[in-house]
Amino acid sequence: MMSDTNANPKQPHIQPATSSITLANRWDHFLARWGVNRSGHRIEPGLYALGHPTADSPVFVTANYTLSFDALRSALAGIDGYIMVLDTLGINVWCAAGKGTFGTDELVRRIEAAALDKVVNHRVLILPQLGAPGVAAHEVKRRSGFKVEYGPVRAADLPEYLKTGRATPEMRRVHFTLRDRLVLIPVELVAVLLPMAIAAVALFLLLGPLAAAGAVAAILAGVVLFPILLPWLPTHDFSSKGFILGGAVALPFALSTFWRNPDATWWLRAGGALTYLLPLPPVTAFLALNFTGSTTFTSRSGVRREIFTYVPAMAWMFGIGIVLTIVLVLARVWGG
Amino acid sequence: MFNAYMSNTLQYDPALCINCGLCSIVCPHAVFAPDDRVARLVRPDACMECGACQLNCPTGAITVDSGVGCAAAMIYAALAGKKEPVCGPEPESSCGYSS
Repeated sequence: MMSDTNANPKQPHIQPATSSITLANRWDHFLARWGVNRSGHRIEPGLYALGHPTADSPVFVTANYTLSFDALRSALAGIDGYIMVLDTLGINVWCAAGKGTFGTDELVRRIEAAALDKVVNHRVLILPQLGAPGVAAHEVKRRSGFKVEYGPVRAADLPEYLKTGRATPEMRRVHFTLRDRLVLIPVELVAVLLPMAIAAVALFLLLGPLAAAGAVAAILAGVVLFPILLPWLPTHDFSSKGFILGGAVALPFALSTFWRNPDATWWLRAGGALTYLLPLPPVTAFLALNFTGSTTFTSRSGVRREIFTYVPAMAWMFGIGIVLTIVLVLARVWGG
Repeated sequence: MFNAYMSNTLQYDPALCINCGLCSIVCPHAVFAPDDRVARLVRPDACMECGACQLNCPTGAITVDSGVGCAAAMIYAALAGKKEPVCGPEPESSCGYSS
């Protein structure tokens, strides 16, 4: 199955690759998107031959995450070239670049290990633009003799890029469309399923079905609704957007509690409503704040500012809400 | 405050710019634009502090405080008393995903 595409025995092994995506690939992508075996979706790093490349064929560089590799090779249908796969421990290009694993050192290492200067006549590497946070182009040139050309953000734009020899400004822009946000939901949802189930069962047993439903609603609002509604929620900060969404989701529960006991005193009814309005919105807001790490545009400074501005408020509201709940339960128990 | 993203740590010194054009190429949010003599900082508020421009500027004309920007990692680092949040294999990792 593994056939060498070069005859020189001293040459490091070049693995073959095609541009076709199989059912097995698609299943692997599905599992990755649902968070199954998260860092296990990787291929062996090294040099691959796509199609039938010659010494003049282009060299593309990518990460050893299957989604990254598959996005690249499937975009290059009909094109012969080399793909240099860096060992990013199964992490995608942009995240790995930020962490430094899709980086100058790893790239230079792989160029040397593959003896790339013997494989191709030219000295050009085409890198995904989003590898730039980890790669210093001028350093790569100095250390390996290879010039880094940053191709478009999306592999799908590569055929056009190769044809015209340049990337348009739009090819170099990253957005965060609804579809981009939707594909991030499953993995976040899977991550909260167990804690959410435990909370729901515990609250059901302690406080009843409405409390359990309220907790589930607050968590699902943070993990599913928030990514969808992100651009349409008021304010810039994710935490404040999360508070607004969380408040809206908690409101029906609060009102239901308020109206459920018309015979009780007003402050007991208001207290009951607050046992939803105080602890639930902070849960949604905290999940929303954590979504900053999955976006394409929040800055580190901004997230830090958000943390210091809102996390204390989240903790206080949540804490007071829990205390209030306990107080009201005890009042009901003792009050008869 | 309802805009924690009003300012960021991006700094650009046009005096050091040699007009190589790389900052405009690598930025995913068109923060820089190419111009006749030196690069222009056109959308500083759009900067997400990824650090691509800083790393690829051969003269050091651009600086920015890039690093791990994940909320969970920063909260963990703050609570655990670590100086700087880190992505990577345990025990340095500031999050639950070790890799």
